[in-house]
Amino acid sequence: MEEKFGTVKVKRGLAEMLKGGVIMDVTTVEQAQIAEKAGAVAVMALERIPADIRKEGGVARMADPKLVKDIMNAVSIPVMAKVRIGHFAEAQILEAIGIDFIDESEVLTPADEVHHINKWNFKVPFVCGARNLGEALRRIAEGAAMIRTKGEPGTGNIVEAVRHMRIVMDEIRKVQNMSEEELYVEAKELRVPIDLLKEVKELGRLPVVNFAAGGIATPADASLMMQLGADGIFVGSGIFKSSNPKKRAEAIVAATTYFDDPKILAKISEDLGEEMPGIDIRDLTDKDKMQLRSE
Amino acid sequence: MEIGVLALQGAVSEHIDMLKRAGVESYPVRKAEEIEKVDGLVMPGGESTTMGRLIQAFQLEDIIRKRFEEGMPIYGTCAGMILLSNRIEGFDQFKFGFIDLKIIRNAFGRQVDSKEIDLNVKGFDKPFHAIFIRAPVGKDPGKNVEVLAEVPEGIVFAREKNVLVSAFHPELGNDLRVHSFFVDMVKKFLK
Repeated sequence: MEEKFGTVKVKRGLAEMLKGGVIMDVTTVEQAQIAEKAGAVAVMALERIPADIRKEGGVARMADPKLVKDIMNAVSIPVMAKVRIGHFAEAQILEAIGIDFIDESEVLTPADEVHHINKWNFKVPFVCGARNLGEALRRIAEGAAMIRTKGEPGTGNIVEAVRHMRIVMDEIRKVQNMSEEELYVEAKELRVPIDLLKEVKELGRLPVVNFAAGGIATPADASLMMQLGADGIFVGSGIFKSSNPKKRAEAIVAATTYFDDPKILAKISEDLGEEMPGIDIRDLTDKDKMQLRSE
Repeated sequence: MEIGVLALQGAVSEHIDMLKRAGVESYPVRKAEEIEKVDGLVMPGGESTTMGRLIQAFQLEDIIRKRFEEGMPIYGTCAGMILLSNRIEGFDQFKFGFIDLKIIRNAFGRQVDSKEIDLNVKGFDKPFHAIFIRAPVGKDPGKNVEVLAEVPEGIVFAREKNVLVSAFHPELGNDLRVHSFFVDMVKKFLK
């Protein structure tokens, strides 16, 4: 019996199994267990959540492998962890401890301002952030098995995630209407392989799962992103920076499933306690914006 | 004939596409009144803990149990297989208990151990190209369980009366034989 590991089907397949679900940022074993019980489809193991990275500043790096391993041992759902953009050594370490998914993330301080990780070199699947179709397809060309909007992490403000999801969807619709000649020009302008662009035209969507991330704080935020075409939701600071994480986590999970049913959304949005305090994007300078850390 | 795919979470659209290619009507179902109407139900791959929690939170257990008792065929892949079993080793989580099979979750290991293999299936003339993703296996089947495929780690395809389970994901491939097998079960139920 011939066995094939780490294939495109197996990597993209895990992302497909996460669809319609919520992936939650956690910094402790206890938070990971709360997330799993609340119905998270996966957890993202981190040293600090984006809101704290933003506040405290300094260089943000991959989490301690001990913390990641403790979380992997504590829950039965897939565990993800972040590496710095371009830091393939951090990714090798996470693969060695058996992580299920790696997020090459702008939330951490970039390690390489030119190159992303060559993700084809790994058996473990990668997710990457994107603000538009060009970024998404460049990451897929480098081997990403899943895409998420960048949004603006740690702000509790949905506006950037909405912007990025709308841009990707709009650009896909444009590509669908292009002639073959126009596709060659578009591929040149987006700096992406023509074959990937042709695939987008044929499918009418990205060839991998596309989640929303960066600023989601309420069940209504999750519903909005799902209605805009997201396949699922990442919640970073929104849960464990709120006053009642368990209840809020359960509500966001339910909102991601019943995203198009306002009656159910109204019921689950009741009485969730204090949300995380938000940040107005206009108060951020370009230097503060994590979404500008790569292209 | 209409087959619903339980759309609480997971790889829903892939099953719908395969069932349509197999020539039947298929759509997502998330509410009791929708589950009441279908002739067959697929529980897709995804996270069994997530789906179990939503089944309980939105009171879908009774309607699915009632339809099972009426003989409606149900097919569970991966997470769906876990939910349909009656024993789960090491985990105290929601399950229906419709098939007498012990489940070992993540039986092959973590995601880096996920794999594609050519699987010999009882009744199929050629091997089935099977995709396993953080997959469970079955052990200690009850006497009414028909084992349809096995690997060294355990049972990966099985049937008991109107319940069919697979640890692998035929919805991620191109081969319609598993879905056609389930469609035949639904045809017999409707007769």
